[in-house]
Formats: sequence, structure tokens, C-alpha cells
Amino acid sequence: MLPPIAWYLTLTGVIALGSIFWIVAAGASHKAPPVSVQTARIRRLCTWALGLLAFPITLASLSYAPLVTEAAIPAGTESVEVVGHQWFWELSQTQVPAGELIEFKVTSADVNHGFAIYDPESRLIAQTQAMPGYTNSLQVRFEEPGTYKILCLEYCGLVHHGMSSTIEVIHSQHAAN
Amino acid sequence: MTIHARQDTGVAPLPELSTVVSSISRDSPRPLIWAYLAVSGAVFVLMMLLGVLMRMAQGGSIVLPPEWFYRVMTLHGVGMVGISGLAGASIMWHFASRHLDLSPKILATNLVLFLAGVLLLFGPVLISGYAAGWTFLYPLPRLSGGVWSQTAAAVHLTGLLLVGVGFLLLHLDVARAIFAKYGSLGRALGWPQLFGRSTEEPPPAAVVASTMVLIVNVLGLVSGAGILVMSIVNLLVPNFEIDALLAKNMIFFFGHVFINATIYMSVIAVYEILPVYAKRPWKVSRVFLAAWTASTVMVVIVYPHHLLMDLAMPAWTRVLGQVVSYASGLPVLLVTAFGGLTLMYRSGVRWDTAASLLFLSLFGWSAGVIPAVIDGTLAMNRVLHNTQWVPGHFHFYLLLGLVSMVFGFMYFSIRQARDGTDNLWDRCAFWGFTIGALGVVLTFLAAGRVGVPRRFAVHLPEWATYSTVGAWFGVVVALAASIFVARFVARLRAPA
Repeated sequence: MLPPIAWYLTLTGVIALGSIFWIVAAGASHKAPPVSVQTARIRRLCTWALGLLAFPITLASLSYAPLVTEAAIPAGTESVEVVGHQWFWELSQTQVPAGELIEFKVTSADVNHGFAIYDPESRLIAQTQAMPGYTNSLQVRFEEPGTYKILCLEYCGLVHHGMSSTIEVIHSQHAAN
Repeated sequence: MTIHARQDTGVAPLPELSTVVSSISRDSPRPLIWAYLAVSGAVFVLMMLLGVLMRMAQGGSIVLPPEWFYRVMTLHGVGMVGISGLAGASIMWHFASRHLDLSPKILATNLVLFLAGVLLLFGPVLISGYAAGWTFLYPLPRLSGGVWSQTAAAVHLTGLLLVGVGFLLLHLDVARAIFAKYGSLGRALGWPQLFGRSTEEPPPAAVVASTMVLIVNVLGLVSGAGILVMSIVNLLVPNFEIDALLAKNMIFFFGHVFINATIYMSVIAVYEILPVYAKRPWKVSRVFLAAWTASTVMVVIVYPHHLLMDLAMPAWTRVLGQVVSYASGLPVLLVTAFGGLTLMYRSGVRWDTAASLLFLSLFGWSAGVIPAVIDGTLAMNRVLHNTQWVPGHFHFYLLLGLVSMVFGFMYFSIRQARDGTDNLWDRCAFWGFTIGALGVVLTFLAAGRVGVPRRFAVHLPEWATYSTVGAWFGVVVALAASIFVARFVARLRAPA
């Protein structure tokens, strides 16, 4: 859901800004007195508008931010240990239940890697870095069962593009059985 | 002189354009600046061709084995970042030297160190297969999986160090000249006018920008030099290990600051040249001074937005990364872009290639802020980080922004020194560059939207269209840039 929002927001902003530049460029060969008074007023308005917009947008976007600390993860949450190697993924389990919170504890045995999960429709749904000496805790709730692909999103050498794996997300009942 | 402007009617008289230009002509670039620009132009074109090569390989139009793809990727990255710095430095030095007593010897030393560094950078890549990317993320230079040797990595990193030392010397020389004239960095940033009641004329835009750049870039370069030396020691003495998160922080701080500084140096061309066309001054107001002081702080503290997916980082640093990313877009939009628009609005300008490129650069820089700020949002970064959205947004403000500034400066400078008019080639090159660059950027962003990873030598068949279309837009950009450079060199060879 988020990437299309990013795309359309960008297109809208770029087209709006481009139109302003185009209009100014097209009319720039005509001569008129400088517009310093209006300029100051318009800039003040823009500053206030952007400032007022930025505040709720920041608050709203931060409420969706992946900022959950390890301590805040509910007890009993299923966890998967993930270790990145040049050039393969080592997972403690490759089957997880749908609809439940899963914690991926991600680290690396050698260089930096990027642990990225793609859903069955090849949409990137979550990621974190895999770093030597650190464990990054990534929480994911898989909504739908299916085969999810794991790719490496941090350049790690010659076979970076080939460093992939899969996770099977199954119905919760199957997991319980 | 062949720059034209329509005559004003019924408006307060402004200096004739020819008068303004001839006064600037007295400060016509010295040969060393021509050398900087010629090297920059040639390397830009070469690196663009490498970019096209990568996109073609990803699209399946050509076969480029992964070991060569990642070498090309390393060269493209390090080459583009380095040459952007060199080109930006030439613009900054040219305009700052009108107000400051800068040392031409240091300028020459920087170029020599840069060229020597390039040999050390490129040699290990082309000969020994070094391909750890321009970010040399620890410990990849040492752990290549048997692809390259420790020696190759050490030589490459030494080359980077050499280039960095050159830039450090250049900025320290700017600092020396600023202290000699203004007494402090605060005065050169216009703080007495901004925070006090000083009625003195504020420092010129070129001085304000040069001061900001020297502050941030000295910090960045010292951080970069530190991690480079640590990495080289690690290559020679593997027992000397580095904390991977510390290394990443130092590398991204250096990389972020350095690449931002390239734009802040190059934008001086916009402040200095567009007013000549508009026949209006670009006033160094309190708003302008406030924006540059704010940018000085924000460029330094915003770098954690590169580490939003390093969940081991304290949460507050990642929130800071997002919030400051939002705030850092404001000076660009509200001061430089807005200032440029009002400067040119009904100014009576007669567009030529230089003015067009500089105006385009303002659009490129400010529009590039939009996808960049979106990527700097934590929730968005989770699904956009290290996808092609990232090269999408940085090519926006570097290709359409910085590169346009450099070519605009080249066109303006060479026309000051050598008479000549723009022709059909120039106009075609401008529109080719504009359309091609937009195509390159939008195909990256569109690929990022569907999660296509960046830095992949091999793409899935369903991703190929983005790469192939992007490659052809890249061909157009490279052709247009070749025309810019060819016209520059041809005019340079013509008698003054």
C-alpha cells in the first residue's frame, strides 16, 4: 500500500512544482517590476502552510513507524533466528503462522546484508539490516498464507543478487498442529 | 558578448547586462578552473556511459557478468561522487576567490591529488577485480569471498584517502582566507546580521555558502579519513576489528555530508549567474542567512536517515533522521527554489543554454527533495530502502540538479571568455538532457515502487522493462552531455 502512495505523492509534487517552473520560465521573457513585497508575503504563507502541514504529517507518520523496541515485544511471540552469510540465508525455521506477530532476530556472520521479505505478489513488505556483531529485531505479521521470498538488499559482494530464500506462511491451525 | 536581454521600459534602471557581464569577465576563470571543468565534463560523460551499461545489463540488452557489473557499479559510484566534488569545488573556488584571497597552489594540489587518487581508485577495480562499492561498507573490503585481494582493497581505499586529503586542504585554505578577512566563521555566515543588529553589508552568497561547506565537509572528511585509515589497518592487521555499526555511522556521515556539499558548492553558480540574466540582484537577506545556518546544522545531524533500517540504532536517532529530513527540505524549497523563481519571474530574460540549465537545476534540486523526504519517512523507508527508489531520488537532485548547475556554469564561463552564440546543437542537447534525465529518474522511481532492488547485477524478467527504458533515456542523457562537453572544449580551443 505504501509504495503506490509514495509514487503518487511524488508524481503530484513533481508535476505541481514543474508546472510552477514552466509557467515562470514561459513568462520570464516579459519584463515587469520586481515583486519583492508580494514575494515576501507568498514566502511567509508558504512557510506557515508547510510548517502547519509538517507537524501533523510527522506525528501521523511516526505512529506507523517501525520503532518497537525488543523489550516491547509481547511475551510468547514466535521468533525466527536469521543469519546472513556470503551468499545465503540461514533461518532457524522456514514455516511461520499467518496472522500472528513474528519476530525475526537478524544478524550476519560476515559482512552487512539486508534482510528483505517480499510477499507472494513480489511486493516488499518489510526489511532490516543484517550486521556482524548486532542483532536487529524485525517484527512482521503476515496477513496471508503463501510463499514469501527473502532477498538481500545490502550489497554484499559477487553473488549479492543471488542471495535468496523463502518462508512458508501457513494458516495458524496448521502451525498449531 | 552575445547574451541578450530585453530592454526595460518604465522601470527603475538596472545596469546593462553587458556592463554586468563585462565586470564579471574581469574575473574570467583561470586556466586551472578550465582544467577542473574539462576533467569534470569528461568524467561525467564516462560515468554516465557506465551507468547506461549497468541499466542495459539489468534489462538483458547486453551481457555483463556479475564480477564486471559490480566493478562497473563501484567505478560509477566512486567516480560520480568524486567528480561531483571536483566540479562543485571549481564553482565554489571561482566565485569565492572574488572575495577571498584563496591559494591557487592549493587548488592545483587538490587537482593533482584527485588525479593521483583516481589512478589508485581505478587500478584495483580494473586490474584486480575490487568491487566493494563506493561506500566500502566494513568489512566488505576485507571479506570479498575470494574475489579480490587485501592489497587491492588497501590500494583502493588509499586512493579514496588521497582524494579526501585534497579536498580537506582546499577547505582548510578557504577557512584560512575566511579567518583572514572576516575573523570568524560566524561572521562569514552573516551571524551579526542574522542574530545581532549589525547594519553592515552581509557577506556575499559565495562566502556564506563556502563557509557552510567548509564547516560540514571538514567534519565529514575527517570522519571519512578516520574510517578509511581504520579500514586500511583492518586489511593489514585483521585482528584489528572495527565495530560494524560505528563504521557504518562514520561512512554514512562522511558520504552524506560530502555528496550534499557538492550541491551546496555548485548552487553558488545559480546565485551568481542567474541574477546576471535577470538583471536583478539575489539579495543576501536575513531569510537567506537563516536558511544557510539552518542547513549547516541539518546537513550534519540528518545523516541517521541513511540508517533507518539499522534497528540496533537508538530509536531517537531514527526519529531525528526523519524529522530533520522533513525540515532540511524547507531551506531548499523556500529560499533557493523560491528565490530563483521570483528572481526570474517576468525578468525580461532571454533564455540561452546556460540560463536554462541553471533554472532547470533549481527544479531538479527542489523536486528531488520530494521523493527523498518520502524515503526519509520511517514507515516508507521500510518498503523503499535500498530499492531503486533510492537511485531515483538521488539522481533527481544530482543529475537534474547538480549536473545541470555544473554544465550551466561551464556554458556561462566559456561564453564569457570566448565569444560565440548557442546553436541548434546546444538547444537539442538541453532538451535531450532534460527529457533524458527525467526518464532516467522516473524509471528508477517506478521500479522502486514495485520493490526492484538497487545494486543487483541480474534482474528478474518482470523488472527488465524499467531497466531497458531507463537505459535508453540514459543514452539520451549521455549524448546530450557529450555535446555539452564537446561544445565546451571546442570553444576552449578557440582564440580568446
